[in-house]
Amino acid sequence: MPDKIKIATTSLAGCFGCHMSLLDIDEKFIDLVELVEFDRSPLTDIKKISDCDIGLVEGAVANSENVEVLRDFRKHCKTLIAVGACALNGGIPAMRNHFTLQECLEESYVDGMGLDNPGIPDDAELPMILNRVYPVQQVVKVDYVLPGCPPPAEMIWNVLSALLEGREPVINARDIHYD
Amino acid sequence: MTRICIDPISRVEGHGKITLQQNKQQVITQARLHIAEFRGFEKFIQGRPYWEVPVLVQRLCGICPVSHHLAAAKAGDMLVGAKQLTPTAEKMRRLMHFGQVLQSHALHFFHLSSPDLLFGYDDEVRHRNIVGVIQDFPDLAKQGVLLRKYGQEVIRITSGKRIHGTGAIPGGINKCLTTDDRDFLLKDIDQIVEWGVSAVGIFKKIFYEHADYHQQFARIESNMVSLVRADGALELYDGGLRVRSADNRLLFDHQNTNNYLDLINEHVESWSYMKFPFLKSLGVEKGWYRVGPLARMNNCDFISTPLAQQERQEFMKLNNGLPVQFTLAYHWARLIELLHCAESIRELLPDTDLLSGELTVKGDMQQTGIGVIEAPRGTLFHHYEINEEGLVTKANLIVSTTHNNQAMNESIRHVANQYISGNEITEPLLNQLEVAVRAYDPCLSCATHALGQMPLEVNLLDENGLILDKKIKSSNYAG
Ligand code: SF4
Repeated sequence: MPDKIKIATTSLAGCFGCHMSLLDIDEKFIDLVELVEFDRSPLTDIKKISDCDIGLVEGAVANSENVEVLRDFRKHCKTLIAVGACALNGGIPAMRNHFTLQECLEESYVDGMGLDNPGIPDDAELPMILNRVYPVQQVVKVDYVLPGCPPPAEMIWNVLSALLEGREPVINARDIHYD
Repeated sequence: MTRICIDPISRVEGHGKITLQQNKQQVITQARLHIAEFRGFEKFIQGRPYWEVPVLVQRLCGICPVSHHLAAAKAGDMLVGAKQLTPTAEKMRRLMHFGQVLQSHALHFFHLSSPDLLFGYDDEVRHRNIVGVIQDFPDLAKQGVLLRKYGQEVIRITSGKRIHGTGAIPGGINKCLTTDDRDFLLKDIDQIVEWGVSAVGIFKKIFYEHADYHQQFARIESNMVSLVRADGALELYDGGLRVRSADNRLLFDHQNTNNYLDLINEHVESWSYMKFPFLKSLGVEKGWYRVGPLARMNNCDFISTPLAQQERQEFMKLNNGLPVQFTLAYHWARLIELLHCAESIRELLPDTDLLSGELTVKGDMQQTGIGVIEAPRGTLFHHYEINEEGLVTKANLIVSTTHNNQAMNESIRHVANQYISGNEITEPLLNQLEVAVRAYDPCLSCATHALGQMPLEVNLLDENGLILDKKIKSSNYAG
């Protein structure tokens, strides 16, 4: 099926709610997979992205691996879409920017309730946490942003189907919620 | 020594990775599940008003936001001194929660795990996913999509939005059901119950085809923790803590959840941001346990709805009435619960308390609020301390997947020793490790990984090449 449109999706520092909103297109998801092929995505076992037409990125940038994955997505996706409040402006994860990283780590691993051996995890297998949480657009150029926490399924569907048909996507004002 | 890494673990919610150490004889000497997520909720909600918390903390998880929403609201009930909710509030919350567990279990089984069970763990990578299921088993895939949709619609109607709604508030709820809403949900519920029955049937068919393999795969013996109702029934929204030991003794029963810190402590390991909870009375080594559908199925004495109860009786025969321990039984238990939720929604919908009544109650403000609920993946604890102004000063969240941390590590170690040690590493063999992790339906939450060695120094540059952030790693990376 060489002419299927290829889509990759990923979640950086996010909650997967934006991915769930994509699945909230319900039965249309069955129509969607007729038209597209999923590359790297939490829904597939493809661990490394290859060249894709569309990339959907949920979540903010909070650690070294978010940075790598995001750059990899930018490199391989013709059209990159930042999905949801976390990607757009840091969202809830960026609330930690009111505190230092050290304060946050200490609260969880040193001063937390019911700990038997306080200590901050520091193994080499763990990615480096950035001092601050950044929106996706501050790290790479994005082509479209979808606002909302999460953006409603209809918005994601409208934008995807416009891109699949080669139209310029338009976001309906009624699909934008302020919460 | 060779390091082998599966990164990211896919078809689970969130990101984690598995590393193996293999010696020259190809024997696996270490197997670890690492959780690289760190978001710092416990710190950054400090200073926020308590009434904001149920809406804020659900952003921990977009698959089961209702669980966090309700656990935080229950903690909020305690903060506002609401000892007993009104029947309308309690029933609306229960309805929301049944919708939530139904949709999450459907998603987990059909969208994420069924490819391994239907196609085999060694199926071709590009086919081994929900798209492959849609192509090869269109009716089954459609049932999964529509079961999830129904649960999401229950959530939308009870909370205003399918994801991150606002239905529950400290002391109650903010709206009840209209008759149109109720009739809309009633219209399809018989079909949903029927699909619930067939979902359990699908799993049983797959299970019995290779019963021995499925019973041995990633099998571990563990203690089990869950809430149960006062009469011992399966309970998802409220109840006391029951702890059953691996050898089937009741270590605790009907414990008040407000005393959870007397029962459970957490251990920190340097290689994971996810802590390792354990039963204080048994200590770190022996006190680890499992939560979630398998623990609930083993712990309860019966299920209150008839079809699910019938399925549970068959399930409990597997080990002659003793706790069922094999890891893939999680899927079976999960689908019995899915059926239970569908039946419970059908029982609850005609109740007129949902249509009108007092929405909230209030009492004397308290400074400690603890809310515990059975989320789809297991027992979930929210604990908040507030000051006189109602601002959060301290928080402790123990999420379901954290309870299963040690169990998931034990399970992958078992798979690594049983199937991988001494063999040439292949993709299908590695997928078996993920199959074991997926049984727990972990909500590893977010932080993504890429393959390959991690850099020792990171400069985060913005689009114009200016340095945004700089990190240097001091520890030696063994590669
Ligand atoms: S924008 Fe909202 S729904 Fe999307 S990942 Fe962030 S918190 Fe979750």
